Amino acid sequence: MMDFWQYAFMQRALIGGVIVGLLTAIIGVYVVLKGMSFIGAGVAHASFGGVALGFLLGIDPLWAAVAFCLAVAWGIGTVTRRGGIKEDTAVGIFFASTMAFGVLLIGLIQGYNIDLFSYLFGSILAITAEDLKMVLGVGFLVLLTVALLYKEFLFITFDPETARVSGLPEPALYYLLLALIALTVVVSIKVVGIVLVSALLVTPAASAYQLSRSFGKMMALSAFFGVLSVVVGLILSYYLNTASGATVVLTATAIFGLTLLWRRWREAV
Amino acid sequence: MSTAPPIIELRHVSVAYGTVKVLDDVNLTVPEGAFLAIIGPNGAGKTTLVRTILGLVKPIEGEVLVFGKPPKELGPLRREIGYVPQMHTVDLKFPVRVRDVVMMGRYARLGLFRRPGKADHEAVERAMAKVDIQDLADRPLSDLSGGQRQRVFLARALATEPRLLILDEPTAGVDAQTSTSLYELLRSFQQEGMTVLMVSHDVGVVSQYVDGVACVNRRLVAHGRPEVVLTDDTLAEMYGCQAMFFHHGHVPHMVVRAGEEKK
Repeated sequence: MMDFWQYAFMQRALIGGVIVGLLTAIIGVYVVLKGMSFIGAGVAHASFGGVALGFLLGIDPLWAAVAFCLAVAWGIGTVTRRGGIKEDTAVGIFFASTMAFGVLLIGLIQGYNIDLFSYLFGSILAITAEDLKMVLGVGFLVLLTVALLYKEFLFITFDPETARVSGLPEPALYYLLLALIALTVVVSIKVVGIVLVSALLVTPAASAYQLSRSFGKMMALSAFFGVLSVVVGLILSYYLNTASGATVVLTATAIFGLTLLWRRWREAV
Repeated sequence: MSTAPPIIELRHVSVAYGTVKVLDDVNLTVPEGAFLAIIGPNGAGKTTLVRTILGLVKPIEGEVLVFGKPPKELGPLRREIGYVPQMHTVDLKFPVRVRDVVMMGRYARLGLFRRPGKADHEAVERAMAKVDIQDLADRPLSDLSGGQRQRVFLARALATEPRLLILDEPTAGVDAQTSTSLYELLRSFQQEGMTVLMVSHDVGVVSQYVDGVACVNRRLVAHGRPEVVLTDDTLAEMYGCQAMFFHHGHVPHMVVRAGEEKK
């Protein structure tokens, strides 16, 4: 029954997957409530440019993606806040241009066989001990920040203007939140890939939103759904021999469908 | 009159969005303990005036002083301001309990990283008691009526234990009875020594509760005691554009119609 656990790669995949599931689900609560899903998708696609830059410069693609995504997330934030452009327009511009930048760079790297597919769609079963360390380190940092600034992030998500009036450093907290989104996206690339990571950032939190009447409960439920999606998705992909990232995302979507049905059923009675 | 420094002072303040001037050479002094209503038609710059006082908008000309300081330099004095924003600025389906919303009023006082303690929970209880919403404490915000929600946001502002309370259109979208009881509540706060500044377009009713009215239509048309300020001439100047728009001859009649429309 538990035979998948005997393989070291499967153990690493599960540990890394659980952390990523937890991380995306927690940050996802802010993304969903603040209406930033498109920013999540934009930053995820921007990481492609970062990965390509890493290959070209000969540095770790994931660390290059961290730097690149931070710059893009803050760029979207700055253009939106100061440039008087709507957020979704700003994302729209960065979304495609950073992908184009990545494609351009990949073209410049001649005679170098890069496994792009694993970055685009994830390769959780190929996660190395080194990757796992990065996931653990970044995950700890992000979760610690959320724990320390729990009340501040709640306030700026619910009512940013009043938060600012009350004296909280609202712009700084917003840029910090963008940074947490960027970090979360990059460490999740190994698990579900660039194309699918935004699903983990949105779907578990959206499921939790259906069932929650308080913020704390939404956090807890989202975390639960996030981890559940990864664990169930991985086990399913192992037995069904399907692509792991895609199976995880579709599991999360199935959970969302069930919460939607459950809420409608509850509202009907 | 009194020699105490004013709570709010605006000197020749002009504000522009891009090239459009929304406030032009506004002078306004609000003494401590006043209950002032800022009235004017839609798009007159009432909200901009409040946002300028709060330091959310930077004037292109003039000087804004709150507690004798520019809004940017208020520092810890910021916590002396209780703010009730327009309700449509927040997501009313946000999963959050009444108690947690009111607690937000304590966050800035608490400081970064720190968790609410006993004193904060007591302040939240007191604030909820003052606006009579203790029985709603554990309900989610999305369950409440417009009037109840308004009280939650008022309680959050009170939880900061403010000297100055600023409300932007607190009666938008609530019925007449709810508005009246809110005005009575605000007047009781004033009697306890709080300075209250409220944006409203409810010209008729408001004047019975406040002791000062500032009529804004890009410029400050008039400012003073309601019975002195609210003359036909002032109202005509303030609502003049709308009167022309509706092609009505008799101006006071026009203003009454404009007031009724908002309800």
